[in-house]
Amino acid sequence: MPVNNDLILRDECCIHYNIEVSFLDRLHEYGLIEMISFEEKQFIHTGQLGELEKFIRLHRDLEINVEGIEVVSNLLDRMKRMQQEINELRNTLYLYRDADEL
Amino acid sequence: MEFIDYYKILGLEKNASQEDIKKAYRKLARQYHPDLNPNDKEAHQKFQRINEANEVLSDPEKRKKYDQYGENWKHADEFEKARQSRKSSGAPGGQSQYGESFSSEDFSSGDFSDFFNSMFGGGGFGDSGGRSRQPKFRGQDYNAEMQLTLKEASVTHQSTFTVNDKNIRITIPAGIADGQTIKLKGHGAAGVNGGPVGDLYITFHIKEDPLFKRLGDDLYVTAELDLYTAVLGGEKIVDTFDGKVKLKINPGTQNGTKTRLKGKGFPVYKKDGAAGDLIITWNVKLPVNLTEKQKELFKELAQLSS
Repeated sequence: MPVNNDLILRDECCIHYNIEVSFLDRLHEYGLIEMISFEEKQFIHTGQLGELEKFIRLHRDLEINVEGIEVVSNLLDRMKRMQQEINELRNTLYLYRDADEL
Repeated sequence: MEFIDYYKILGLEKNASQEDIKKAYRKLARQYHPDLNPNDKEAHQKFQRINEANEVLSDPEKRKKYDQYGENWKHADEFEKARQSRKSSGAPGGQSQYGESFSSEDFSSGDFSDFFNSMFGGGGFGDSGGRSRQPKFRGQDYNAEMQLTLKEASVTHQSTFTVNDKNIRITIPAGIADGQTIKLKGHGAAGVNGGPVGDLYITFHIKEDPLFKRLGDDLYVTAELDLYTAVLGGEKIVDTFDGKVKLKINPGTQNGTKTRLKGKGFPVYKKDGAAGDLIITWNVKLPVNLTEKQKELFKELAQLSS
């Protein structure tokens, strides 16, 4: 039984997404998904479902195993940070350009 | 409508083997998968095309039709039927796909208007024809919340509520817990491109009861006991969740003493007839506004005790 509304029982999650419990456990083992233990049951926070769905797609569509998903996930995170940095730098450049134009 | 060359999309020759198709698809899917190309609309579109090409070319039957009919492969059967029908009615033609003038009323399939539009100059495939080849997506799940009193949660009952203008009648089993979520399969949003319907999740919130406190399947209640019954013993009627019960009070019952009534607590979820316990905590009330006579008697008692 969930301790609050934002937690989903691991087994229910597996049924819902039609995935093996072992797949979810391995994602947890690799630190890709956090699981919360309560009264000897494992729960997943609903805030993580978007990420989980992405990992399932990568696994199903591209046949990537959990090790590969970890690599992909790390690279995507790095890419996201770099993109953010590019945007910030670009905005700073615009600021200088606009000031020159004034 | 522009002809889509699925072989070209996957970078293959017309004589490519199934293994070649599989390899080419996997390679391109890894390159253009939307999860690997966030915020890249171009990659997203390319991925859709790759999927579409793979859907057709990886299926020998669809591939055969595509090779024969090109972009209209999906309607090959209907086209053949229409052509045969024209032939048998003595009408000329049957060779050219685009030169004939059939009426859309001749067909009953939902996709036929698209077929005719594309085949006979009605403005191309349009959205509907394109959509039918796109990947299917599961509909969105809905989340709803429902408030119940403790009394309502203790009995199996039916309840009707509205989600997205749709009335849904559900049976709420006795013993449902605060924060518990139940899933109603197929009551979410409709799927995209014929994908499965999403689910509805209902989370129950149980309001606090002024009298009973629930912990798991056990109920807790505090009952008042007058000093004389607590000291001398006797009988006391207390409220339980399903009516009143008469209890025997032992002489010398202390303030805060607990009495457990087995099976008089909250029903156990989805276990017919099973219930937790009711735990009564006795709150011994001391008499106030004593008369002179009562005070004298208490003094006498005090002296006897000391």
